[in-house]
Amino acid sequence: MIVVEAQSLQKNYNGFPAVAGIDFKIHRGECFGILGPNGAGKTTVVAMIYCFLPISGGKLTVLGKDVTLEPRSIKTKLGVVPQENNLDLELTVRENLLVYAGYYGICRSEAQKRAKELLHFFGLSTKADQEVEQISGGMKRRLTIARGLIHTPEILILDEPTTGLDPQSRRLIWEHLRKLKKRGLTLILTTHYLEEASQLGDELIIMDKGKILEEGKPLELIKKQVGAKVVEVEISPGQSHALLGTLENLISGYQIAGNTIYLFVAEDENAAVELINSSGYVQTYRVRPSNLEDVFLKLTGRGLDYAETEETGFIL
Amino acid sequence: MQKLKKLVSYYSPVNRWALKVLARNLIVFRKTWATNIAFNIVEPLLYLAALGAGLGVMVEDIEGMSYTQFIAPGIVATSAMWAAAAECSYDSFVRMHFQKIYHAIVATPINLEEVVVGELLYGTFKSVLSGTVIMGVIAALGLVLSPWALFTPVVLVLNGLVFSQIAMIWTGIVPKIDNFAYFFTLIVTPMFLFSEVFFPLDVLPQILQQLAWLLPLYHVVALLRALTIGLVSAELIYHVMWLIIFILLIFPLPQLLMRRRLIK
Repeated sequence: MIVVEAQSLQKNYNGFPAVAGIDFKIHRGECFGILGPNGAGKTTVVAMIYCFLPISGGKLTVLGKDVTLEPRSIKTKLGVVPQENNLDLELTVRENLLVYAGYYGICRSEAQKRAKELLHFFGLSTKADQEVEQISGGMKRRLTIARGLIHTPEILILDEPTTGLDPQSRRLIWEHLRKLKKRGLTLILTTHYLEEASQLGDELIIMDKGKILEEGKPLELIKKQVGAKVVEVEISPGQSHALLGTLENLISGYQIAGNTIYLFVAEDENAAVELINSSGYVQTYRVRPSNLEDVFLKLTGRGLDYAETEETGFIL
Repeated sequence: MQKLKKLVSYYSPVNRWALKVLARNLIVFRKTWATNIAFNIVEPLLYLAALGAGLGVMVEDIEGMSYTQFIAPGIVATSAMWAAAAECSYDSFVRMHFQKIYHAIVATPINLEEVVVGELLYGTFKSVLSGTVIMGVIAALGLVLSPWALFTPVVLVLNGLVFSQIAMIWTGIVPKIDNFAYFFTLIVTPMFLFSEVFFPLDVLPQILQQLAWLLPLYHVVALLRALTIGLVSAELIYHVMWLIIFILLIFPLPQLLMRRRLIK
C-alpha cells in the first residue's frame, strides 16, 4: 500500500528550484531513505510531506490525502523528528512528552501511559523528571524521537536524525529505529551518512540539486552502478591514463581524485589486480567492497562532502 | 464572496487549537510565575511611590483627585501594557527564533495561525494578571474610590489584546532580538508618556490632544480612571468601541507577518 506519493513535485524559493520536479512512492512498513549532500533538497522534500512548506508545483499525497487540502488530518497521523532539536527547554523530559500529547488532544491518563512506555523504550526512564537542558545530546535526540511517537503515528519522518552525534549515540539510535521498523512503522529518513542509509534504508532515493539521480534498494543500487568491488590505486597522475588503457576491458568505470584512482571492477577483480601488479606504474592498491559513496561519486562526480573528483569516466 | 471567506479565515484561529498553545505557555508559567510576576509588580509600585508620594506633594489636586489617585489607574494600565508588550516581543521571539517552539508545534495538527493566536492569548493573560494584581494593591492603599473598579479585568482584556498584537506584529518583522529596542522607544514609551497617565492632556496644545486620541492606551486609561473613581457614564462605550474595533482591525496582521517570516 502506498502511503506517500509525489508526482512532479516542485519547490521554488524565490525562483530557485530547491526541488525540481521529482516522482517517488513510499510503501507502508518500509524505511524510505533520502540520501544526498547538504543542499540537495532532502529537508525541503520532507518538510512538504509534513505540510510545513507549501508545494510550488506537482502533486503530493500523504496517506491518500492531498497536502494542500488536508494538512491537519495528515499531520495528525505523522510523527516528525526535525533536523534541529526543538524540545521545550523550560520543561522536564516527561513534561515535553505530555505537553506534546496535549497538542494532539490525547487525554491526560493516556498521555501518561504513552510517555511512560516511550521513556522506557528509549532508555530515558531515569531522566524523566530532569530538565531537558541537563541531558546529553544523544538523549535529547532520543527524546525528540519519542516525542514524535507520542500519538502513535502511522509514519515517522526523521530529518538527519543522527547528525552531530558521536558514533555510539548514533548506533543506539539506529538500534531503536530498527526496532520500530520491525513493529511495522513506516519510516522516512533523510541523511547524508551513507552508512545510515545502507543500514536502515529499504528503499533509497539519491538526490542532488533538487533532482533524483537514482533509486532502488541499497545493495541493488551498488551492484547496478559500480559492481561489487572497488580497487583504489595510488599512482602518479601522469601515468593514470596508461594504466586505464591496459584495464579497459576489466572495469566498468573509474574516478581520479589526486593521486588516487578508484576502479570499479566489472566482473573479476583478480584479473584486474593481476594487471595492476604487473603494470609497473602502481605504488600501492587496495581492494574493498563498494558502497553507496561510490554510487554517489559515480552519479555526481563528487563525494557527499563536496570533494570534486578531477575526472570521471565510464566504459559502457 | 471569496474575499469575505478569506477575511473570515483570519478570525477562525481563535479556536480550541489555539487554546492548546495557551495551555503550553500556562504550564511553563506555573513553574516560573514567582519571578515572572514579581518584576511586573515591583516596578509600577516604585513609580507610584516616587511620583505619588514624592512629586505628588508639589502638585495640586487634579479634577478633585490627589495626584496619587490621579496616576494610580494609569499605572495599572501601563504596567499591564508593558506585560503584554514584553511577553509578545522578547519572550515570543525567544520561543520562535531560538527555541523553535513554533516549528515544533506546527508539526502537530496545530497550524501557525493558531500558534500566533495562542501566544496573543497568553500575552493577554499575563497582562490581565499583572494589571489586576496592581489594581488590588492600589485598592489596598485606599486609592480606589468605587466598586466599579471590579470591572478592571474586563478593560485589561482589551488592553492585553491590543498590546499583545502590536508586539507580535514586531516579532513578525524584526530581524534580530535587539531590534525590539525601537519598538519600546518608538511605540511603548510615547504611549506611556502621552496617554493621560501623568497629567491631564488639556495642558497640551490642541493638536497633541487630538493625536493622543490615536493612542490605544489613552482609551484604556480613560476607562480605568472612570472605574476607579466611579464616574461611569454611557460615554465610556465610545472608548470600549474604539479598542474593540482596533483589535479586530489589526487581528490578521500578526498571523500574516508570522507566516511570511517562517514559511518560505
